Amino acid sequence: MALYDTRRRRNVLAKGLAYAATAFGLSWLVLILAVLLWEGFSGLSLAVFTQMTPPPGSAGGLLNPIMGSLVMTVIAVAIGTPLGILAGTYMAEYGRYDKLTTIVRFINDILLSAPSIVIGLFIYEVMVAQMGHFSGWAGAVSLAVIVVPVVVRTTEDMLILVPDTLREAAASIGLPRSLMIRKVAYRAARAGMVTGVLLAVARISGETAPLLFTALNNQFWSLDLNAPVASLPVVIFQFALSPYKDWQQLAWTGALIITIAVLVLSITARTLAARKSS
Amino acid sequence: MSAVEFTTPTVARRAAGTEGLAEKVSVRDLEFFYGDNRALKNISVPLYHGKVTAFIGPSGCGKSTLLRILNRMYDLYPHQRASGHVTLDGEDILSPSQDLNMLRAKVGMVFQKPTPFPMTIYENIAFGIRLYEKLPKSELDDRVRDALARAALWEEVKNKLGASGLSLSGGQQQRLCIARTVAVKPEVILFDEPCSALDPISTAKIEELIAELKEDYTIAIVTHNMQQAARVSDFTAFMYLGELVEFGETSKIFTSPDDRRTQDYITGRFG
Repeated sequence: MALYDTRRRRNVLAKGLAYAATAFGLSWLVLILAVLLWEGFSGLSLAVFTQMTPPPGSAGGLLNPIMGSLVMTVIAVAIGTPLGILAGTYMAEYGRYDKLTTIVRFINDILLSAPSIVIGLFIYEVMVAQMGHFSGWAGAVSLAVIVVPVVVRTTEDMLILVPDTLREAAASIGLPRSLMIRKVAYRAARAGMVTGVLLAVARISGETAPLLFTALNNQFWSLDLNAPVASLPVVIFQFALSPYKDWQQLAWTGALIITIAVLVLSITARTLAARKSS
Repeated sequence: MSAVEFTTPTVARRAAGTEGLAEKVSVRDLEFFYGDNRALKNISVPLYHGKVTAFIGPSGCGKSTLLRILNRMYDLYPHQRASGHVTLDGEDILSPSQDLNMLRAKVGMVFQKPTPFPMTIYENIAFGIRLYEKLPKSELDDRVRDALARAALWEEVKNKLGASGLSLSGGQQQRLCIARTVAVKPEVILFDEPCSALDPISTAKIEELIAELKEDYTIAIVTHNMQQAARVSDFTAFMYLGELVEFGETSKIFTSPDDRRTQDYITGRFG
């Protein structure tokens, strides 16, 4: 009986510690969100979405960095998604038993965890330095380099989850492999693959480091991708570090906008993933 | 005793009751390897047109492996190879020049687990037809209906052809897979334990279906269920440890088998 009581007390203790650790971790998250809401919400107004970033001391908004972020994200996804899906398809379908796939997977995992500032520097060297100036294209490409490994990974994982019996069934009616992949495997893995792309978007929408070296920033309205382009993370970086109250306020608001956007994307991704498993 | 001694007799003389039957598929001296592991040893067996041939034997005896050679399904995986001769209408299907997609169009397969494609009921059937024929919509509709009717599923799904194939019950899904196979107009149909995931009523339906289909096709079925083999098949092959122990008319195999091991398996002494 004494043995049982000891065990029970230990259990209560372990459970208590686990709860405490969870609460400790979560409290920071809640604190961050609360401060963000508190500071950012008050600055939220129509002007934020309709006016350009202002000089210090005058009124303005975040339209140019919002647009810049949107455009660069869309281009990055447009470049990175097809590459990622094709590579992931090779790994899961054509080269599943090949040595090359093991090598590609290893390299992809390194790329997946590479610090984004390194990617920014790389694109700086191969694009910005060659072109002689910062540009929206360079920004989009550096974001695309971040998108690729995420999409490769989720595409491969989701295709491997498609049961082999389905592939055999497709083969059993004489379906060539390319058609099997497009019409059967992609269909079965669609929700998971879309989730992967959404997660990649969430990942790049907060990236600052690679943009600092590539797209830089632009105080004015510009959708010329051959010129520097403003983006939310870089504007937040610049405004938050400035001594001006109104710039700092805009930085808070920008941070809130990114957070909400990422939250919405993550929830969408999870809902899609959940629907798949049900 | 060596493998050769068991299997040679079935090659040397035709089993009783096979006179006048057309040998659609002939397996001769077939060996199969998973890597270095020899899974099939010197197998020789015929499949007759218009007849159902059942393959029985304990787990791991190689009966599914044998079935998966007949449509070269093993080619999807590395380190698996077959040697020997398997002919379909006299043509060697193990030859490296064999077009696998054409072979599989002629040799359909129904699997243990129902495997509907993630698309609508209609598309599940139409998809395979479109691979080989370009048909106007109305004709395609007819073909889809015929295939579903052939698989005794039409009455149950005719009002929900647009629903997902995955929304059907297990037994219905299996009949959908049979319809999908039939729609491609194969000549041979391979059933790999088609009822092992189904309830008794669905099983009875599938068995009825096999009995109807055999008029037009050459059918091979792998089953764990000896009663099922006895009910649906005309010929039975008993396999054990990668060897074909005995092949003959089902009535003979189940009443007076020649081999002691067949006798033991049939009477439930092992397996």
